[in-house]
Amino acid sequence: MFDGLSQKLGSVFDALTRRGALKEDDVRAAMREVRVALLEADVALPVVKEFIEKATEQAVGEQVIRSVTPGQMVVKIVHDCLVEMLGGEDEAASELNLNATPPVPILMVGLQGSGKTTTTAKIARHLQTKAKKRVLMASLDIYRPAAMEQLATLGQQADVITLPIVEGEKPVAIAKRAMDEGRRGGFDVVLLDTAGRTTIDQALMDEVTQVRDAVSPVETLLVADAMTGQDAVATATAFQEKVGITGIALTRVDGDARGGAALSMRAVTGVPIKVMGVGEKTDAIEAFHAERIAGRILGMGDVVSLVEKATENVDEEEAERLAKRMMQGQFDLNDLLSQLRQLQKMGDMKGLLGMLPGVGKMAKQIKDADVDPKMIKRQEAILLSMTPRERTQPAVIKASRKKRIAAGSGTSVPDVNRLLKQYQQMAGVMKKMKKKGLAGLFSGGGIPGAGLQGGLPGGGLPGGLPPGVPYRGR
Amino acid sequence: MSDPSSSDAVKSAGWLGRLTAGLRKSSAKLTGGIGDLFTKRKLDGAALEELEELLITSDLGTAMAARLTANLAKTRFGKDVTSEEIRTAFAADIETTLTPVAVPLEIDAGKKPFVILVVGVNGAGKTTTIGKMAKQFRDEGRSVTLAAGDTFRAAAVEQLKVWGQRAGVPVIARETGADAAGLAYDALNEAKGRGDDILMVDTAGRLQNKDALMDELAKVVRVMGKQDETAPHAVLLVLDATVGQNAHSQVEVFRDVSGVTGLVMTKLDGTAKGGVVIALAERFGLPVHYLGVGEGVDDLRPFTAEGFAKGLLGLS
Repeated sequence: MFDGLSQKLGSVFDALTRRGALKEDDVRAAMREVRVALLEADVALPVVKEFIEKATEQAVGEQVIRSVTPGQMVVKIVHDCLVEMLGGEDEAASELNLNATPPVPILMVGLQGSGKTTTTAKIARHLQTKAKKRVLMASLDIYRPAAMEQLATLGQQADVITLPIVEGEKPVAIAKRAMDEGRRGGFDVVLLDTAGRTTIDQALMDEVTQVRDAVSPVETLLVADAMTGQDAVATATAFQEKVGITGIALTRVDGDARGGAALSMRAVTGVPIKVMGVGEKTDAIEAFHAERIAGRILGMGDVVSLVEKATENVDEEEAERLAKRMMQGQFDLNDLLSQLRQLQKMGDMKGLLGMLPGVGKMAKQIKDADVDPKMIKRQEAILLSMTPRERTQPAVIKASRKKRIAAGSGTSVPDVNRLLKQYQQMAGVMKKMKKKGLAGLFSGGGIPGAGLQGGLPGGGLPGGLPPGVPYRGR
Repeated sequence: MSDPSSSDAVKSAGWLGRLTAGLRKSSAKLTGGIGDLFTKRKLDGAALEELEELLITSDLGTAMAARLTANLAKTRFGKDVTSEEIRTAFAADIETTLTPVAVPLEIDAGKKPFVILVVGVNGAGKTTTIGKMAKQFRDEGRSVTLAAGDTFRAAAVEQLKVWGQRAGVPVIARETGADAAGLAYDALNEAKGRGDDILMVDTAGRLQNKDALMDELAKVVRVMGKQDETAPHAVLLVLDATVGQNAHSQVEVFRDVSGVTGLVMTKLDGTAKGGVVIALAERFGLPVHYLGVGEGVDDLRPFTAEGFAKGLLGLS
């Protein structure tokens, strides 16, 4: 979601980094661009002003002018300011606080449609599978039709127990019953999902404060949509003042909103962003890391997330086998097939590309180039239409075999040719690798483990797309 | 804007109150800000910059805010102005921009059924909007069928069924996880057979950058076209008033994929201003049919340029 902002700042600093020396005027010009970019990214105006002031103050000065690469210095200052604004590097603060006598109550609040119920289920599942806690969920939403059924269904999907629904029961009574059940059933955590409410609806705001007083939640999380505009400030401030929040759960971070709301809400409430929703499934939740998000904003890529995603999804043994074959220069079409499948597992292509360093500012070019995730499917089909011999000895594939392969995979001969050409390029890289060794090719990448090498080989990064990434025909 | 059709007079007074209260609350900062700036003051460069910033805080976007202040400067720069004058001038300008898009949804009685597809991102308020619209159509004496096309989200079908009961209209549904396009196809067939006036098709919320989900939406549109070339006759994009500049991307992509014919803006009873709709009106020119101002059956109102502009600027 921060790609747009990265792009904007990326182009601003492109101009800046190319200059030898940096004058105050340059910084101010860049900051004006930063200001517009932040506003267009829905960062709230007061927050933007504060940010620009702080960043300008730090950027203009001797320190910058004397440094070897002034542009880089400004980028670093803007980056550091963003990290600070997003909550600093204190990652402990962004963890859910479960330090209390079980059952620990967690209260979920927010506007209508911000994603409270889904986020409740995601957190419950996360705590249950990763933190090995026994979790009970209860819906206090007696207003929206089928809201309670929604949580119950999500509970079944995520294998989390939900409090049985009692018709006509009021929210405070449900909350108390949930806590009783939590104690009796030996649960570690009780998650209370509440109805969506506008902050000016006094009756509903009173209701949620009554629930708060009845259960004394250890965590009260404001669930907020990453697409939120300037209203983020009003909403966050109101929930903070009237209910008191301990953290923010940012949802729909997988969308293409620039996500300025995250910055705004963090800045005006002072509470940390604790989790991010990144998809529709109940496991699509991630911890919030200020450092990483700031890096993404500035187009520095999010290598840590990529590595984590890679290690979670990539079959390590297979990756190691591939890496070994690559080192020996024995890369054949079977290996390419296996690699394409690994790449598919790693998820949405666009999400993946956005994480690669240096790709942020290339995003537009990539969009224009029309990298198509379906292409991977098609390439897989081409490979599967080959005989085992063709896959191990690609050299035997001549015109008539190409025709057969194209017909078998529902593609065309040029498609087959393109794939073979890609393969040859990759095989070329592998040969080089055999000569120089892995270290030479991946030096400075900071990418540990064979997992990623298996998934994304080729020396094409970050200057260009990896050779394995297919392009849709123009 | 009166509400003679509402059965509940108290509630009816309530919605107008809620809309005005909501918009006024949302405009409190804006108009309060303008008031602070201009009890009576010379409109100079600094004053214009502050005005522009105030407009930005209502989600109008940097470009629209710049345009409105530039227009103001054209006639009043260097003059002494009051806050009332400024608000009136902005409201007039905004009203002019919004007037072409303040178009009610026309139901073509020649289409049996007239098919309305409702699309949008997750949590925008699609299902609630459908429920309210269905009730209004019923009150006008039209026969309505609802198709529970959100076959993905847990309990979305049940949610629409409750609305169906409230409005007294049948709901065609399948189990969660069923094919949405197939359901839409069958629903159209069924509604046609019954000779219904209107078929409203709900869809699952989807983020516009998810290609696979957008392809699925395109398929829903396509298969309905196989039953009736002209269907769907209206495609409504539901926007949450809290949304910021991402609304531009939502309108653009949903329009390209599903042929959006009109907008509905929901949740205007909160503090959100929905100011982005002004920029959307200028850029896309798509009609804005309705405003949602609450969770009740009657909390859906026609969009009027004057009402919205004045509400935003705290003028009554």
